[in-house]
Amino acid sequence: MSADVELSEVSVTFGSFYAAKNVNVKVNGGEFFSFLGPSGCGKTTLLRAISGFQEPSEGKVLIDNKDMSGIGPNKRPTALIFQNLALFPLMSVSENIAFSLEVRGVSKEERKKRADELLELIALEGQGDKKVHQLSGGQKQRVAIARALAVEPKVLLLDEPLSALDLKLRQRMRTELREIQKRVNITFIYITHDQGEALTMSDRIAVMNEGELEQIGKCDEVYNNPLTPFVATFVGENNPLYGKVTGIEGDKAKIETADGQYLATMNESKKLNIGDESIAFVRPETLFIPRDGDNFDNKIDVNIESFEFEGNLKNFYASLKSGAKIKFSVPNAIDTSSITSGSSIVLGFESSKSVILPKASLAID
Amino acid sequence: MNNFLFTQPFFKKNGKAVAIYFLVAIIFWFVFLVIIPQFYMLDLSFRTNVPPLARGGPEDYYTFEHYSHFIFGSKTATDAFNFVDLGVFGRTIFVSMLVTIANLLFCYPIAFYIAKIANPSTARLLIVSLIIPFWINELLRSFALRILFANEGVINNFLTGVGILDQGILFITYDIGLYTGLIYAYILLMMFPLYNAIESLDINQIEAAKDLGSSSFRTHWRIVIPHAKPGIVSGCTMVFMLTVGALATPVVLSSPNTLWFPQLIYQWFNMNDNWSRGSAYSIILLIVSVIFVLTMMRIFKVRIGEIIK
Repeated sequence: MSADVELSEVSVTFGSFYAAKNVNVKVNGGEFFSFLGPSGCGKTTLLRAISGFQEPSEGKVLIDNKDMSGIGPNKRPTALIFQNLALFPLMSVSENIAFSLEVRGVSKEERKKRADELLELIALEGQGDKKVHQLSGGQKQRVAIARALAVEPKVLLLDEPLSALDLKLRQRMRTELREIQKRVNITFIYITHDQGEALTMSDRIAVMNEGELEQIGKCDEVYNNPLTPFVATFVGENNPLYGKVTGIEGDKAKIETADGQYLATMNESKKLNIGDESIAFVRPETLFIPRDGDNFDNKIDVNIESFEFEGNLKNFYASLKSGAKIKFSVPNAIDTSSITSGSSIVLGFESSKSVILPKASLAID
Repeated sequence: MNNFLFTQPFFKKNGKAVAIYFLVAIIFWFVFLVIIPQFYMLDLSFRTNVPPLARGGPEDYYTFEHYSHFIFGSKTATDAFNFVDLGVFGRTIFVSMLVTIANLLFCYPIAFYIAKIANPSTARLLIVSLIIPFWINELLRSFALRILFANEGVINNFLTGVGILDQGILFITYDIGLYTGLIYAYILLMMFPLYNAIESLDINQIEAAKDLGSSSFRTHWRIVIPHAKPGIVSGCTMVFMLTVGALATPVVLSSPNTLWFPQLIYQWFNMNDNWSRGSAYSIILLIVSVIFVLTMMRIFKVRIGEIIK
């Protein structure tokens, strides 16, 4: 059983500070939905509003179309997985998993049966008698999930539960979480500041900044068609090219910058007019070193400053005439031995791969 | 020899001056303040009570008479047992236990409130207002309570003055004043270990329990109390030991008809000039209290190391 979760004009204030401001979002039943944003953007506040630990100052939280105001966290069909997991250290693994059944007065045999089933789901069969501190980080993670699932919640809320794990484990847990979600088929609402996590696991994501929703959409939609300069630079990397609009051709706009003119694609909902201050964005992986026969509709002269080797990619940092910095990435398979620091080259990019948006502040890393 | 001592890891780690200070201070404390006086008292409790001049003479010999007096009474007594002293002793242990439980019940909600519910500035204010009354010494606090509870005291005067009662309540005669005073005397020694223990509990643990459907009562029973157990035990131990050995409060507040065991000890030492018997009674109180505490710890499955945490 899964449930829709709807936030309707939800605001949460602490004094005069808006932790969340007029948030409207509808999460569909059975969906894996992520709130993505930098720390302090209000995503944890929203999660606490859904779980019932924080009453919204304005607006409503609806679960299965039922207004949740005044209903405490122990009465909502949600289960929360805490950032530090909050497993009970004095109880065994099984006791942890079956705690929600214990408080509902379920008999001991029934509890044992259910705990064993869940241990099997998380591939920890026969480890129910262990103490929590005897488990590894990934195992604790899975126990926390099992404990939350024991109540058979309609919505599972996850508050950055992978942030304490090392990289390899984090990557494995992403896949595992996704698989568990498919198996139990309930709504997952996931909070993270890590765009990689959000993009790989979610059906849809909502990008948040300073308490407000910037954009909601499918992962590739948000990545390819960001609605604001914040989203463009927070989700993935992007090079900003600042300038003024000098011409409009269909859905493309021409931007005049200190380093030359470029053509970029406008977003349907963010139409620009001639003379508007704007930013064209071009991602490092869409900047190419032209080969014979390539014909990009944008060309850009750069001076290579430095280089870093990432493994699958080689990253180059270059400057434009005006002093603006630009980053571009080349797959490791391509030979770049002729490009060294100090060399001047020409890069090309397609106007269809570049987005132009009205000027606004970027995400600061 | 000298070189051997100074090359020990303890000396290397702390430096000579600090290490010597630690050694001297600890040896002084342990030998002069703990071992010598206690052994002297233990020795005295097994000797006959003779004037200082007769010490070492033929009348000064080892005997169990003081211990047997506690149990069986004087040789001329007709009763089979020393019901008076045994009664005082039993009552002291029993009432101390009730005082400890009352303290725990009083302090737990307050400690929980300060540690987990109150915002930081309220919590600081509450802690300060708990501490300030204890700047006044125990004897004065007891006298203050006596003024409240006396037959012609503040409470009775108020109740009869307003017309709620025709006659005052005999708070002192029924030892209500004493029990109140004993509960009040060492309440901070329950409050702070409890507060510290509860404070160290991750708030997410409480929220997780709640999120999983647990009622407040059950969250306390299954999460908060097990976590706070070392603090509960250390608070209970301190309050019990100090209450059992309290003197000032019972002297001021107990009814004329009843005695607190330390009052009995005091009488043997000071009024009857029988230091040997006083020592024997002190040793009995010490040993029985320690056994009592260890038994309680066994029953509630607490190890001594947990208390120090």
